[in-house]
Amino acid sequence: MVQIINTVETIDAVPHNSAARRSLYAARVKIHPKRGAGTFRNLKWLVMIVTLGIYYITPWLRWDRGDYAPDQAVLIDLANRRFYFFFIEIWPQEFYYIAGLLIMAGIGLFLVTSTIGRAWCGYTCPQTVWTDLFLVVERWVEGDRNARIKLDAARWSLGKLWKRVVKNVAWLVIAVATGGAWIFYFADAPTLAQQFITFQAPAVAYFTVAILTGATFIFAGYLREQVCTYMCPWPRIQAAMLDEDSLVVTYSDWRGEPRSRHRKKTDLSGGKAGDCVDCNACVAVCPAGIDIRDGQQLECITCALCIDACDSVMEIIGKPKGLISYSTLKTYNAQKAGIPVAIGWRSFLRPRTFVYTSIWAAVGLVMLFTLLQRDRLELSVQNDRNPQFVTLSDGSIRNGFTIKILNMEQRPRSFSLTLSGLRNATMAMVGIDESPANGLEISVDADELRAIKVYVTLDQHSVSGEIMPFSFNVLEQTAVGTPEARSTSAIFHAPKKEQLP
Amino acid sequence: MVPREQDDVTGTEMTGHEWDGIKELDTPMPRWWLWTYYATVIWALGYVIAYPAWPLVTGATPGLLGYTSRGELLKDAEMARAAQAEQIAKIQSLSLDKIRSDAGLLQYAVAGGRAAFLVNCAQCHGSGAAGGKGYPNLNDDDWLWGGTLDQIHKTLQHGVRFTANPDTRQSQMPAFGTDGILQPEQINDVTEHVLKISGQAFDAASAGRGAVVYAENCESCHGKSGEGNRDFGGPNLSDAIALYGSDKTSLAAQIKQPRHGVMPAWSTRLDDMTLKQLAIYIHSLGGGETSAP
Repeated sequence: MVQIINTVETIDAVPHNSAARRSLYAARVKIHPKRGAGTFRNLKWLVMIVTLGIYYITPWLRWDRGDYAPDQAVLIDLANRRFYFFFIEIWPQEFYYIAGLLIMAGIGLFLVTSTIGRAWCGYTCPQTVWTDLFLVVERWVEGDRNARIKLDAARWSLGKLWKRVVKNVAWLVIAVATGGAWIFYFADAPTLAQQFITFQAPAVAYFTVAILTGATFIFAGYLREQVCTYMCPWPRIQAAMLDEDSLVVTYSDWRGEPRSRHRKKTDLSGGKAGDCVDCNACVAVCPAGIDIRDGQQLECITCALCIDACDSVMEIIGKPKGLISYSTLKTYNAQKAGIPVAIGWRSFLRPRTFVYTSIWAAVGLVMLFTLLQRDRLELSVQNDRNPQFVTLSDGSIRNGFTIKILNMEQRPRSFSLTLSGLRNATMAMVGIDESPANGLEISVDADELRAIKVYVTLDQHSVSGEIMPFSFNVLEQTAVGTPEARSTSAIFHAPKKEQLP
Repeated sequence: MVPREQDDVTGTEMTGHEWDGIKELDTPMPRWWLWTYYATVIWALGYVIAYPAWPLVTGATPGLLGYTSRGELLKDAEMARAAQAEQIAKIQSLSLDKIRSDAGLLQYAVAGGRAAFLVNCAQCHGSGAAGGKGYPNLNDDDWLWGGTLDQIHKTLQHGVRFTANPDTRQSQMPAFGTDGILQPEQINDVTEHVLKISGQAFDAASAGRGAVVYAENCESCHGKSGEGNRDFGGPNLSDAIALYGSDKTSLAAQIKQPRHGVMPAWSTRLDDMTLKQLAIYIHSLGGGETSAP
């Protein structure tokens, strides 16, 4: 037994960022997280691969949209003001879909936080993912925790310089790739990649890459946990979302305390010792530089690496795992009081999560419904205001209208334009077909807006007032299924009765 | 120097200032702030050397880069002109009809014409070119001097009754009342006749007498049935549009002592490219004619 306990190495790790030690008057002490291993570390590797994979690969996915639209699956086409997402195309006036997605993301974050705590911070936040990636590089070049501490303290030598150069260059390469991937969401990726390499890309592309490269390099390489502790508003907001049923990384002090490095001795001398052997493994792996045994704290991003570290120690000393574990405040209190309770999915079922889920689903369903119902044809009419009307030499009154027809489908379409509610009126398309007609035929290119000027003329005997409401109607002539139709009201302006010719 | 008192909690020096027992820490500036400050100082030194900075009696030090905001504007204007060089060259060389039949050129000319119109013409014709009493409405299909592109262009070039220009559009209607050519009752009769031919309510007996007066005095310029004559600038009296008002009082006043509007000749004020664009813009307002009737 003594042998087994002795195999647990006590690490000389100091939680520099714990509330007791951290001083706003002192410069930051660099954190040297030790390499972790275990269930949650594996989960984090998986999340890192998936999130980075999504980020890097998405712009290169192709999606066939026919001859009239780009074939990039996800594309934010700022120049042409279109957003493409696989089978969905969004025009600027449909931006509420994006707003809806942001609302869903917000509510989703509430839901996740109230159930599984700061999972966003610990697993998926770019700051966490890239910091993890940069730490992999750092460990690869400079070694694990102890080697890095030693290197930092060592005097400058050729070896140290070489390691620093290799590390920073590797970081820079990752940072450039990060910034580089971003711009491909905004233009055709293969074309832009070619332009970028041959220095033909627009200046904004290089600026964007430079800014994101700098941000990635500094944030993940040097600022690290300071971004979470001092710069980011999420920890504050997320802390407010937690309640007694949220899963947080918890140290079971009722089981671990009093901690002792000499358990055997304490046991023999009749003293009481907890399960914590005070080996500091949980402190050494912490990327935030805190001691989880101090309880819940703002700096904790709940990455759960301390759980892995502690579990491996518990295994060695033959104690049950879970001295540090994901637990809720309710469970913790019950267990502390000696009531055996296990964490279960039932802690997820409570009014709060139900409300969040309902709002989240409702927003999603409303968006889905409107997305399926939305029109791919829009008609807008603008009345000439200066002059509102023109008296022609034969006494008839003419009004000018700018008609805009939006063909939001990926094929050219043809529409008929007619008037209703204005008897004896004739129309003429300015500059296209100026012979008076009752209806006009208008073709609109694929995914385009066409604006035409239309003169509506009414003989003076048909004028019934100064303001005559009527409507313009468009009806699709080239329909594949049910023809789309739109109608927009407009007003025909005429002079006062006594001023009529 | 006497060492300054130190704060126990932070280890920071005190300034020595004290108010009601509250002592002030002499906290150093945050480093990031200090370095940013130094950077701005260095930037400012460079700026003072490179750009106009120190005020002198009549101006300012020019700076090494020779930058001026006026120069910047001129450069921008030059760039804009260079970008439009193709259109400008075409408008200068092509005929008005050719310009109109090229959709891109037409759009450019209409936009340019509109800009020139708002600066030079809107004062009389209104920003929407709807005119007013005495100022012709350019949106309608009634033209005093013709509504084809070339006719509009000519009117713009030489003006109307603008005596300084030898080719100006010239017409003069006698003051039938004040010069004693017609008696008041004759004026009344001929007014009734004009009301009749323009499709308004009229007194039959009076108009009948007026027709004779019209044939003797007015027909040569305004035409047999009042259709006007654009060669002499004789307005069409039979349509629904009258420059000085179509009611009886306005018509009678115009016969008694006619008013004559004047439009300046723009060829001496604007370059021909602008005039061409103006002609195309006015022609596009809804009343432009493709051939003289």
